[in-house]
Amino acid sequence: MLRFAARRLLLALAVALAVSAIAFLLLRVSGDLATTLAGEEAAPAEIERIRSLYGLDRPLVVQYGEWLLRSLSGDLGRSLFYPESVANLILDRLPNTAILAGLGLVIALLLSLPLGVVAAMWRNTWIDRTALGIAVLGQAMPSFWFALLLIFFFGLTLGWLPVSGTESLANFVMPAVALGWFSTPVLMRLTRAGMVEVLGADYIRTAHAKGLPVHVVLVKHALRNAVAPVVALASVQFGNMLSGSVVIETVFALQGIGYLAWEAISRKDFPVVQGILLVVALFYVLLTLVSDLLNAWLDPRIREG
Amino acid sequence: MDPIPAASAIADAALPAHAAAPMPQRRLWRRMLGNPGLVVAALVLGLIAIMAVAAPLVAPHDPYEQSLDTRMTPPAFVDAERSDPAHLLGTDNLGRDYLSRLIYGARISLLIGFFTMLVSGVIGTVLGIAAGYFGGRTDMVVSFLVTTRLSLPVVMVALAVVAVLGGSLQVVVLVLGLLLWDRFAVVMRSATMQVRGREYITAARAIGCSVPRILWGEVLPNVLSGLVVIASYEMAQAILLEAALSFLGLGVQPPLPSWGLMVSEAKEFMLFEPWMIMLPGAAICLLVLAINLLGDGIRDITAPEGRS
Repeated sequence: MLRFAARRLLLALAVALAVSAIAFLLLRVSGDLATTLAGEEAAPAEIERIRSLYGLDRPLVVQYGEWLLRSLSGDLGRSLFYPESVANLILDRLPNTAILAGLGLVIALLLSLPLGVVAAMWRNTWIDRTALGIAVLGQAMPSFWFALLLIFFFGLTLGWLPVSGTESLANFVMPAVALGWFSTPVLMRLTRAGMVEVLGADYIRTAHAKGLPVHVVLVKHALRNAVAPVVALASVQFGNMLSGSVVIETVFALQGIGYLAWEAISRKDFPVVQGILLVVALFYVLLTLVSDLLNAWLDPRIREG
Repeated sequence: MDPIPAASAIADAALPAHAAAPMPQRRLWRRMLGNPGLVVAALVLGLIAIMAVAAPLVAPHDPYEQSLDTRMTPPAFVDAERSDPAHLLGTDNLGRDYLSRLIYGARISLLIGFFTMLVSGVIGTVLGIAAGYFGGRTDMVVSFLVTTRLSLPVVMVALAVVAVLGGSLQVVVLVLGLLLWDRFAVVMRSATMQVRGREYITAARAIGCSVPRILWGEVLPNVLSGLVVIASYEMAQAILLEAALSFLGLGVQPPLPSWGLMVSEAKEFMLFEPWMIMLPGAAICLLVLAINLLGDGIRDITAPEGRS
């Protein structure tokens, strides 16, 4: 286990470094920073002064190293548009995205676990096919379109829920459903596959033979064993939701980091884009690391096999 | 040890990688026709493809021709009174014929979907087969690349790159192609690992075949059925992502009739003319559904366990 953990940790560190280099280079290729900071009409001498003032004339590797150290201490630079530091902007918006992604994951699990279990129990019947149909249809819908359909029916036509904004929890319902919906098909298929495999196992037959009630066999014996890969994937899906939130938050004008990213990209406010990219990517690295370690701990076959 | 369990979980969820031996042609055909989902999907996809290729012949109007006095006429099935028989599916806010725009839009989706799949397929397959066949250090490097790619948020990176380089079809294909190869790599890796130990590989090695010949002539043909399945999923994924980028204004640029862009242009009129967002959205849905079902169908007929 220790050997597995060490190797996995090393991989995570290498990936984190690579990701930070990509985020750093993104800002560099987006244009000449000194010109941006000095303003469009600045004299060439002024641009040069700013270039040396900010150290932009030094080798790229040195600049990267310095930027990395500063980023690690929490200083992600300043926005070109807001009179605020990038770190503050992200911290302001992060809770909204966290709530959204958390709710989205809960909704995805509430939909996918029962559907997956039911589909596995009545395998190859109309119930199974209906569940599969939902999954197939879900995978085919563009997320922004599904979000607009929700807005049209529940916001505009029925008037049950607010169509945009961040003011109350009601504002999070539709975005969370839209976000959760897209993780449902893959989680459902995985639950179903796990359950089908587990239900054929000897210890399930034994449990039935012992005369245990069906729900005990299903939940305590079958689901618990089928759910391990689902947990691993759910955490990965949570990371995907953070990046998928760009589309959903933009449609619902929900003030999270996804919406911030879209605004910043549209305005070419690249220090903010860089900061968000770094935070989201590092979070994902951490998430997959924890999920892989958790899985290896739960299932020895992963770390040995 | 699988160095990237989380990544392979994603691949496993999509399909079990398998290396099927080729089966006789006649039986393959019979199995294809015996799978209704596959037949319907192939028909729908074929129809959309023919429409896209023959767009100038099929489309009733010029998709760019504006007409300010026939703006937002609904289709007959929405509102027979306000509809115009010259525009079967109505017109948009600039009076452009909706059906013609939808037909030309299929070109954009199919082109971007296909070429993105090609770019990402080549990258992912080369990396995956190399990792699976050589193992060891090569495998570790590929795992590192896959994990790095997975930690980059696709939509955000794609939006940022398009914002820097500008939104043309080539840029969208390139950026999506460079982002969507991960699943190819993961699945091809495990498929290659399965065939690596087979007798015919050992035999090829024993008679002195070169490594490229073994990879091209022995490994690739035997992992091909899995490759086709992922290719279909990734093409569908690329089409969905293009639509999302265009919807957000950082993909295909107006006046091109991208379906995602059409939804975006129609959303401000959503309350009174909901059909304007329904039609292009349904078009995306139909195309992606057809491609996914085709992939599912191919997986089912080539799966060894279902062959008895």
